[in-house]
Amino acid sequence: MPNVGKSVTRVDAFDKVTGRAQYTDDRCPNSALVARVVHSTIAHGYVKSVDTSEAEKIPGVVRIFTCFDVPDIKFPTAGHPWSVEEAHQDVADRRMLNRHVRYYGDDIAAVVAEDEVAAAQAARAIKVEYDPLPFVLDPIEATKEGAPLLHKEYPNNILKHTSIRQGDYAAAIQEPGLICVDKWYETPTVQHCHIENFICYAYEENGRIVVISSTQIPHIVRRTVGQALGIPWGKVRIVKPYIGGGFGNKQDTLYEPLCAWLSMQVGGRTVKLDVPREDTFVSNRVRHAEKIHIISWVRPDGTYAARKLVMYSNQGAYASHGHSIVAKGMGAFPQMYPCPNVECDSYTVYTNRSVAGAMRGYGIPQAMFAFESHTEDVCRRLGCDSLAFRRKNLMPVGFVDPFSKNENYYDSYNQCLDKAIAYMDYERKRAEYANQTGPVRKGIGLAPFWYNTAVWPISLEHSSCRMVLNQDGSIQLQVGETEIGQGADTAYAQMAADTVGLADYTSVHVQSCQDTDITPFGLGAYASRQTYTCGFAIRQTGLLLKEKILAYASEMTRMPVYNLDLVDSNIVRVTDGRVMMPLADLAVESFYSLTHSVHITAESTYQIKSNAYSFGCCCAEVEVDIPLAKVKLTKIINVHDCGTLINPALAEAQVHGGMSMGIGFALSEQLLYDGKTGRALNNNLLDYKLSTFMDHPHLEAQFVENPEPTSAFGTKALGEPPTCPVAPAIRNAILNATGVEVDTLPMTPHTLYRRFCEEGLIQDPWRKEG
Amino acid sequence: MYDMKALYEAESVAHAIQLRLEHPEAQIIAGGSDVLVQMREGKRAGKELISIYMLDELRGVSLDEEENIRIGSLTSFSHITRDPIIQKYINVLGEAVDMVGGPQVRNIGTIGGNTCNGVTSADSASTLHAWEAIIELTGAEGTRRVPIKDFYLRAGKVDIRPDEIQTAILIPKASYDRTAGYYFKYAMRNAMDIATTGCSVNCRLSSDGKTFERVRIAYGVAGPVPMRAPSAEAAATGKPVSAETVEQFSLAVLNDINPRDSWRASKALRQHIAVELARRCLLESVKRCGGEIHEAV
Repeated sequence: MPNVGKSVTRVDAFDKVTGRAQYTDDRCPNSALVARVVHSTIAHGYVKSVDTSEAEKIPGVVRIFTCFDVPDIKFPTAGHPWSVEEAHQDVADRRMLNRHVRYYGDDIAAVVAEDEVAAAQAARAIKVEYDPLPFVLDPIEATKEGAPLLHKEYPNNILKHTSIRQGDYAAAIQEPGLICVDKWYETPTVQHCHIENFICYAYEENGRIVVISSTQIPHIVRRTVGQALGIPWGKVRIVKPYIGGGFGNKQDTLYEPLCAWLSMQVGGRTVKLDVPREDTFVSNRVRHAEKIHIISWVRPDGTYAARKLVMYSNQGAYASHGHSIVAKGMGAFPQMYPCPNVECDSYTVYTNRSVAGAMRGYGIPQAMFAFESHTEDVCRRLGCDSLAFRRKNLMPVGFVDPFSKNENYYDSYNQCLDKAIAYMDYERKRAEYANQTGPVRKGIGLAPFWYNTAVWPISLEHSSCRMVLNQDGSIQLQVGETEIGQGADTAYAQMAADTVGLADYTSVHVQSCQDTDITPFGLGAYASRQTYTCGFAIRQTGLLLKEKILAYASEMTRMPVYNLDLVDSNIVRVTDGRVMMPLADLAVESFYSLTHSVHITAESTYQIKSNAYSFGCCCAEVEVDIPLAKVKLTKIINVHDCGTLINPALAEAQVHGGMSMGIGFALSEQLLYDGKTGRALNNNLLDYKLSTFMDHPHLEAQFVENPEPTSAFGTKALGEPPTCPVAPAIRNAILNATGVEVDTLPMTPHTLYRRFCEEGLIQDPWRKEG
Repeated sequence: MYDMKALYEAESVAHAIQLRLEHPEAQIIAGGSDVLVQMREGKRAGKELISIYMLDELRGVSLDEEENIRIGSLTSFSHITRDPIIQKYINVLGEAVDMVGGPQVRNIGTIGGNTCNGVTSADSASTLHAWEAIIELTGAEGTRRVPIKDFYLRAGKVDIRPDEIQTAILIPKASYDRTAGYYFKYAMRNAMDIATTGCSVNCRLSSDGKTFERVRIAYGVAGPVPMRAPSAEAAATGKPVSAETVEQFSLAVLNDINPRDSWRASKALRQHIAVELARRCLLESVKRCGGEIHEAV
């Protein structure tokens, strides 16, 4: 009986629901010392001195370390595979604690205390003297001559600039009769807001440092801790228990090196570093805020003659994932709506703000907001139907991206759009909502999106798997790709059961907790690649294990291997279908045989040199209360072609979460900074408006299941894609309702009030100016 | 783990008063949904606390001999919302406090705590102002009663003397009799939020439903403390129940309120919303009084 394709219960469901599942803090001994990081209270400058004398008097304080104490080693933090080519290695631009502070909230000292109260008191009692420098928060301002420079190695604060050139833009725009649509779009700084804040604890054992961390990428963190501390990587052991969400924030090295170093300074005692929510907003990672400029030259027949794109990505103070994010967004531009003449430039710019890193969608939600808002704006100028325009211009079937070799095998875009418009009754409503008056107006809008699975050929893609047979015919499964709440372990169990020939996925015991001493090397959870990438290694290793089992069965049954199969946990003779023995009997014999005892295991690595597009769309309906400057989302659907579904219920849940994140990005979330000080203003869950259950309608998730030809199980990306099309769909619905183009996210009442006043929809008689 | 110097558990109102006198620096704590948050943030770190949470005598809603509504200060938001007396006479208060935070906070949070915080955004505060609630304080000398507008001294500061605790909130019969109202919480999301602006309006109509006998309106977050809008009230009281009166009423609030320009919302947006809420709240209040207005479009 196949396990793949069924909505089986998650392997971790009962433990998670009952609270038995062990997260980092559940494992940390109560005797652990507690570390607290002290953050800078200026946006840019140098730490002159740190006075710890008062703090050290506080009972319970063990040691205090400052930026003057840490090793002078710069290290990279991005959760990318290491590159053996120096030119492709991540930028190393920060120390564990920094003397040159580059944002309000930079790490300058750390307290180690007996408990968290003493640690907090000491952190408040530390006095820091600074030599302040001017700071800059805006990425375009930061590139100008005379702007404050964050890293001397990067003139004009440009971490990286890359371009795409296709055809001849300058010549193409000379074509007579073209319509030019020239617009800017802007997306905000948002934060991941995973339920479990980042936490880790570290101790020394047998001359090595062990870090238990809430991370998506244990094997990568092993390397970065080694790099940051200047110790051999084998001296570092990282353990990753269950984690309460990551969404990319934990696809980065956060405080693991510092926590490890602190433990080493206090005799290897266990030191716990649990980041408060307020610090998570400021001193972990955020999504890159982007300013995006698009110029389209369109023919009246609704085809593109030439297009130009410029993107400025706000990196914040340190490189982290750096240019990869905006580069991914830029890469989508010429692919999504192919056009012969294209010029693209993207700039990743250092500013004195919180460090931007990976976040669900990896640059695509920002890009899709700009690109799909722009598509709608182009259609408005042309006076044409935007759905028809999309159907005509979106990436055609058979398109091959010359760089990644990704191929568009199916008509996924149209199939997804068809499902969405049928569910929403889009075309009827679109017509009905065309010319409304009155204070409350309805609107409907849509947006397709572009995404690609995994990171090949930009980075290494590989996965390793180990399977171990037990006496009862069940197996242990170990992989380096991590369960981070998305349900990966369950999908692995389903895929492994079918490959090996086990009756039920519950016979696969997935070792959810990765331990770099034990778990085969794998890169971790990112790029929506877990099921795709890991699928290859599971299939290859499962076949290897099955081969070994059948070889043993051949010995026991005296039948040739080619006449045997493993089906539903039984050894079956294929010639007549007879069950020769249960796998469990074979397993017991293999363990305890007095003539041929062997522990049947299999292990292998698969290096992936392919990648897959994962497309879909969102359609949203809204009710805009103009006098209240408020949007009520009344109906919404995402449709995805992520290939064959391994577990439809989990896929649906993944889409729900992503849509929710997209709704927050569209309507309410934004980390604000004080222009006078550079301080984050709303770094808490009250003032940062993460959307709640009460702000969502029913979230409809539907799928088109075109099996991905390159994939081991026909599957491809679904982790991040659901977040990508939501904001432009909602924005286009607001446009349909009100006729107002809103080009800045989030579309809060603040933004809408300003826009409605500008467009004359709100006219306050007592206000003199417009 | 909270940075708390000491916690004194009061066993009676008299004991609470005694503890107040013995520990003048101590902070009173009821449900703790504000105090503990502030303590964690370091604002009240290291303080002594006097807990009055176990004083069941301060819980519950009743009618006194003069038919004034008496709400014990420790009554939780969820109990207020579900209380039959509240539902019968001042349902809007139950609706208003049902918009506080989320279900957990409404179970632990108390109306006494909500008012003693002295914050302008408290969801109960604008309704209590609009219904001219009386605050009852009990101290060593006995009890005293203060109109709620005098209870709020300035942002974050209320009139509680060093030996006192707040023991009840009263709604006089004259205030709720033949009166109905509506509260509009304007916030950035539909749960777990504080009001950007909160507006509570109530009215009493003449027996023929044609005249506003009395209109009262109060705002949260239109100034440093919750406030009434007397110009608006004057613009409607005694006037015909009409769309025109509603319009004049809502515009008149601009003479009274003084919202702040801050990163949470611009002054312009707050003023715009204040006017719009006044209009919508009065229209709804009229409806709830059984009146009718035919809105001119």
